[in-house]
Amino acid sequence: MGILRIIFIRVVYAIALLLAVIVLNFSLMHMAPGDVADTISQSMGGADQEILDEIRVSYGLDQPFIVQLGRYISNVVQFNLGYSFFYNQPVTKLILERLPATLLLVITAQIAALLIGVVLGVISARKPNGLSNYVVTFLALFGYSAPVFWTGILLLITFSLNVHWFPVAGMRDVTIEGGFWVHFIDVSRHLFLPAVTLGSIFLALYSRLSRASMMEVLGSDYVRTAKAKGLSENQVVYKHALKNALSPVITLAGLQFSAVLSGAVLVEAVFSWPGLGTLAFQSIIARDTPTILGILFFSALVVIIGNLLTDLALRLVDPRVGGNK
Amino acid sequence: MKHILKGMFTATAAAAVLATGAIAEDAPRKGGTLITVIATNVRNLNPAVQSGIVTGYPGAQLFAAPLRYDEDWTPQPYLAKSWDVSEDGLTVTLNLVDNAVFHDGVPITSEDVAFSVDTIKAHHPFKSMFAPVTSVDTPDAHTAVLNLSKPHPALMLAMSGQLMAIIPKHIYGDGQNPKTHPRNTENVVGSGPFKLVEYKSGEHVILERFDDFFIEGRPYLDKIVMRIITDPAARAIAYENGEIHMGAFESLPRIINRLKKVENLTVTNEGYGGIGPLDWLAMNTTKGPLKNVKVRKAIAYAVDKNFIHKALMEGTASNSLTGIHPDSPFYNANVEGYDLDLDKSRALLDEAGFPMNGDSRFSLTIDFGWPGVKPQVEYVKAALKKVGIAVKVRASADFPTWAARMGKMDYDMSWDTVFNWGDPVIGVHRTYSSDNIAKGVWSNTQGYANARVDELMEMASVETNPAKRKALYAEFQEIIADEVPVYHSNTLPYHTVYNDNVGNPPLGIWGTSTPIDMTYLKN
Repeated sequence: MGILRIIFIRVVYAIALLLAVIVLNFSLMHMAPGDVADTISQSMGGADQEILDEIRVSYGLDQPFIVQLGRYISNVVQFNLGYSFFYNQPVTKLILERLPATLLLVITAQIAALLIGVVLGVISARKPNGLSNYVVTFLALFGYSAPVFWTGILLLITFSLNVHWFPVAGMRDVTIEGGFWVHFIDVSRHLFLPAVTLGSIFLALYSRLSRASMMEVLGSDYVRTAKAKGLSENQVVYKHALKNALSPVITLAGLQFSAVLSGAVLVEAVFSWPGLGTLAFQSIIARDTPTILGILFFSALVVIIGNLLTDLALRLVDPRVGGNK
Repeated sequence: MKHILKGMFTATAAAAVLATGAIAEDAPRKGGTLITVIATNVRNLNPAVQSGIVTGYPGAQLFAAPLRYDEDWTPQPYLAKSWDVSEDGLTVTLNLVDNAVFHDGVPITSEDVAFSVDTIKAHHPFKSMFAPVTSVDTPDAHTAVLNLSKPHPALMLAMSGQLMAIIPKHIYGDGQNPKTHPRNTENVVGSGPFKLVEYKSGEHVILERFDDFFIEGRPYLDKIVMRIITDPAARAIAYENGEIHMGAFESLPRIINRLKKVENLTVTNEGYGGIGPLDWLAMNTTKGPLKNVKVRKAIAYAVDKNFIHKALMEGTASNSLTGIHPDSPFYNANVEGYDLDLDKSRALLDEAGFPMNGDSRFSLTIDFGWPGVKPQVEYVKAALKKVGIAVKVRASADFPTWAARMGKMDYDMSWDTVFNWGDPVIGVHRTYSSDNIAKGVWSNTQGYANARVDELMEMASVETNPAKRKALYAEFQEIIADEVPVYHSNTLPYHTVYNDNVGNPPLGIWGTSTPIDMTYLKN
């Protein structure tokens, strides 16, 4: 019953949260001066009042705020995220086109950062004053504090310009032809640098956290007991200590899903990765309310699903969580 | 096809080929895929309903216009093999090439021309382009007669580049709103040298050669890939490592200068005369001290243009003195240039009745609409402090915020960038005409009104004699330079970047907003 109940409660929360996201953001968008008609006229190189009015009428922007909000909510309830004024396309289509690219980038970066981060954390925790510790700490601080647009450009200059190992931008090379594996390798080559850039932030967090958590666990009584039993160092570290040290790391990994979009926006911009981040950025600039709300809706969904998965994962590594309620 | 080049057009066509430099090189090679770049996401591929440089590039490949222009601003035949303007200037007859077909094989007829004019009149933001066109007669399938309510010399440029896309009536005439028509981005059926293969928002536009294009042997390229890369630094690296063959509208001085040093790249500011992008300092002439022309002149004398050109634009921008782009045949360079003169500036402010009061005379605000021009705005603030004008920089959260303020004339001074779009009637008059005050962003947001200026623009818009027209615009430019409703700073430093493999890049007056059917890859 436990898991089902948790899922049920989460769904109720999710609906409330989504509603709050919509109302709040809709209000914020509405309060700012100027609207999408202005940006449409910008991309047209100027337009007169008549055209601006026509745009506003045709998108219902001339209606009172409450009417616009009510209309939007009633659409969303019917699973209709509306129509993008700026892109002249249904929002759902726009988002679904972009979602896979972002998920590919973020999940690759997350998993790589998680695996490497934990390994680095463990290494430095085992010898807290050794050289490896300082190297890991330096890398972590560097990865965390260097802005991604800077790291990204630096990586581009090094690996795309000085040595031609990786392509500069985009997700695929449209000029190549071939079967699945040709395209797989092509996308992987495009993915590498953005994933490294995005992963460097996560890596810093994971390695620091797993180091701290590991050091704490290594100092605990049962580890001493395990050592006293005569278990090998590796057995103690990887079998006994690591499992316990992982809980906070997994919690953090789950929370990081909320940062997926904010982090990906900049990385996607630098590498022209055709994902949700770029779309979100452009929509905000363009005041394309339906698209922004649609993206927030999706990212709220991603966060909720991420948190749910975190909970389930924690239950696997730590039986105390959830217990036998 | 040969008959098109017969008679009177043989000479002009040959001149066009010479002018574009195609003969100087080896014969253009056919085939290949040109990889190009667009800096902003494309929203719409149909230039009949969507203006702007982003739509212009793919739009001009997909859709043909009646005319095209050479580097000397002389009209050349394109979809119209010849044209005739009546003695009184009230009818313009277009004789279409008779073998032209749309990408779906349907012949292009005068009906489509009439339909395109109607669509553009109703949905394109540049109302002045076809406003005097009252009707289009279609005496036969290949003759379209545009009837005008008054002579309209601006029509010639408005029939070229991206401004008059001939769109298929059988697709867009189905009753749906052409502005939001699904065929503006999907299954586009065009009239131009390239047809659409794939459009992916935020990723790319891919075009391929249209085999039944009405000019035999063209286009030279098999395919054009337009990649969307929004980050200027990433674009720079892509030019440098050869991933991108060509791109236009690069405007960051540091990047332009960096790319100029790369061996196999050419970086040029040719090809922007038609679009005519100008950077200027707009002043609200209806408010406070700025009402006084002496104050506006004092500001012009206090701003050191040299500093803007050398330090801020790093030598990439050209000087501009009037509202008309320096590359335009109508440009008048013999107007007041306001070289830096702080004493004169202070004297003018004294004369205007604004003596020093404590450490300043009065205060003003300055706005800007996008982060790229913040240095200019900060510089103006520092420069005006020297003559006793306290300036407060007012940032806008984003473009719509700024646009809303400008549209309502809720500002004192603002940095602004405005495009000419070919003929002055289209993109210049809007800034100075007294019946276009405060009608949204890029209208006459200066609140400037001068009866003589209105009269000159009125006369120039119907004057069919080019020399007389030029004289009218010369006087117009003298007056606006003298009265400084805007302080003209420089041309926007748009540059086209291409590598050595690209033959005959589009450097005509319309740049990439023109068919690149003569561009080729050397190997």
